[in-house]
Amino acid sequence: MPELGSIVEKVRSKNAGPFWLTVDIFCGSMEAFERVSKGVSTERVATLFQTDAAQLKRFDIPSLNVVKFSLPRPQVQGTRFDRDMHGAAWGALVEEMDVN
Amino acid sequence: MTRVLIPSGALGLGYDPTALERGLAAKPDIIAIDGGSTDSGPSYLGRGVSKYSRASTKAEWRGLIEAREKTGVPLVIGTAGTCGAGSAVDWLVGITEEILSELGLSAKVAVLKSDQPNKRVAEALTSGRISPLYPAPEISADLIAECSNIVALAGAEQIATAIETGADIIIAGRTTDTAIIAALPLMRGDKAGAAWHGAKIGECGALCTTNPQTGVILVDFDAEGFTITPMAEDSHATPHTVSAHMLYENSDPFILFEPGGHLDVTASAYAALDERQVRVTGSEWVPSDRYTVKLEGARRAGYQSVLLTLLRDRHYVENADAWCADIQQKCRAKAMDRLGLSAEDFDLELRIIGRNATLGPLENRANGAVELGVAGIVTAASPERVEEIAKMLNPYLLHHSLTAEEAMPTFAFPFSPAEVERGEIFEFCLNHVMELNDPMEAFDLKVMNLPHA
Repeated sequence: MPELGSIVEKVRSKNAGPFWLTVDIFCGSMEAFERVSKGVSTERVATLFQTDAAQLKRFDIPSLNVVKFSLPRPQVQGTRFDRDMHGAAWGALVEEMDVN
Repeated sequence: MTRVLIPSGALGLGYDPTALERGLAAKPDIIAIDGGSTDSGPSYLGRGVSKYSRASTKAEWRGLIEAREKTGVPLVIGTAGTCGAGSAVDWLVGITEEILSELGLSAKVAVLKSDQPNKRVAEALTSGRISPLYPAPEISADLIAECSNIVALAGAEQIATAIETGADIIIAGRTTDTAIIAALPLMRGDKAGAAWHGAKIGECGALCTTNPQTGVILVDFDAEGFTITPMAEDSHATPHTVSAHMLYENSDPFILFEPGGHLDVTASAYAALDERQVRVTGSEWVPSDRYTVKLEGARRAGYQSVLLTLLRDRHYVENADAWCADIQQKCRAKAMDRLGLSAEDFDLELRIIGRNATLGPLENRANGAVELGVAGIVTAASPERVEEIAKMLNPYLLHHSLTAEEAMPTFAFPFSPAEVERGEIFEFCLNHVMELNDPMEAFDLKVMNLPHA
């Protein structure tokens, strides 16, 4: 099974304010969008972030060929326990997951 | 119709001067630029300072003041000085006065402050006018008292009040990113949904186009919708680049909460007018019953020093976890013994760089590294205590051996001294809204002529 990052255009992760993280998967084509939309379950993404699927907001947006996940930040931005001020590195977890 | 010129996503990021000239030639009704965000972390709000260089800020702000002088329209900046706290607003007011003096100009300047005295917020908490958003930290009167700065995000109403003074330049403390752009179209009766949606699309300047670096865009608002036009010749707005901007730093790409209501773009339609311009219609504004403003607060979280050592010896690279665990245990015990501290009085973390420093416990990959960095992070309530513990940690990071039998190793310190003082640290501690009876009751507006006589 290929890594998600190898079939999509870009995975972007960013803060959405100090308390939320948002991960945008720009699939780049309808075909890739279909694969990601059907092949990536919310539960699998939640597992990567060691949280419950109920904590994730999911948006499948065919008009943009984008699948988006938002979740409370694993650590609040800038606390002593936070390691990534802008939340940009967490996207690697999604980029490196396998997709059917 | 209202025409808003947006020079860039933030003052300090730079803009293309040729594109700005083109924007001025299009006769905008207002020039609006954002000055900050929480994105760089709690230290800026905690200390009430800007993240950008003063010289860069001054150079870019001078260009906009000159642009304003040519057109005679208002120039507005929101979230001045990165965090929008009063001290950061004053900093930009000082720079403004300096620029005006140097250019031989004078201007009527409206200064809107968003600072919230701790007492006001504590009283609002007691009277039930503060509500948590999700996820929100627990708050109390004590926690509010620990904040060095609390600001409320002004909306379009407060910016409109500032515009109504007839000021040439409006320097605002913390505002929502969109408010400075949406205010004038709303005042002039353009469609509210379009005003907020266009403001959201435009708030990062040319980030909604094919060439984000150019900065400058023009947004036209009217009774049905809005139109985005990039001002750089090599920059294009397409239905995709424009609609995709709703994803950016937004947890929900269809709903955006603002003071007094929310924007809903579920039914918005994005159409290319030509190769460069995009027209958006169908965006809706849904007013709320209560008028609330979002709060941001930075709590004092102690003092911190950081040390960095580099492991290149293969034996230590391979056994870095055991080495770090042993140092943490021994150094903690020493600090407790020699300083008379208990375990809760300080924090000592060794973070291995080159393995999982970025993702911590979420890291799911492993690889063999040639070298590893180890960051020693010491946090405690006073700078003196941090200094003492960091100095106790120093010899361990330089010489600690895995076992008593082996010869004393020496690791690579890249700096002298090895300890880097980070000073006081802060944490964001509010994800709450505060209810207001009147939008201006928690904001302070002053109008002055600059330079002062």
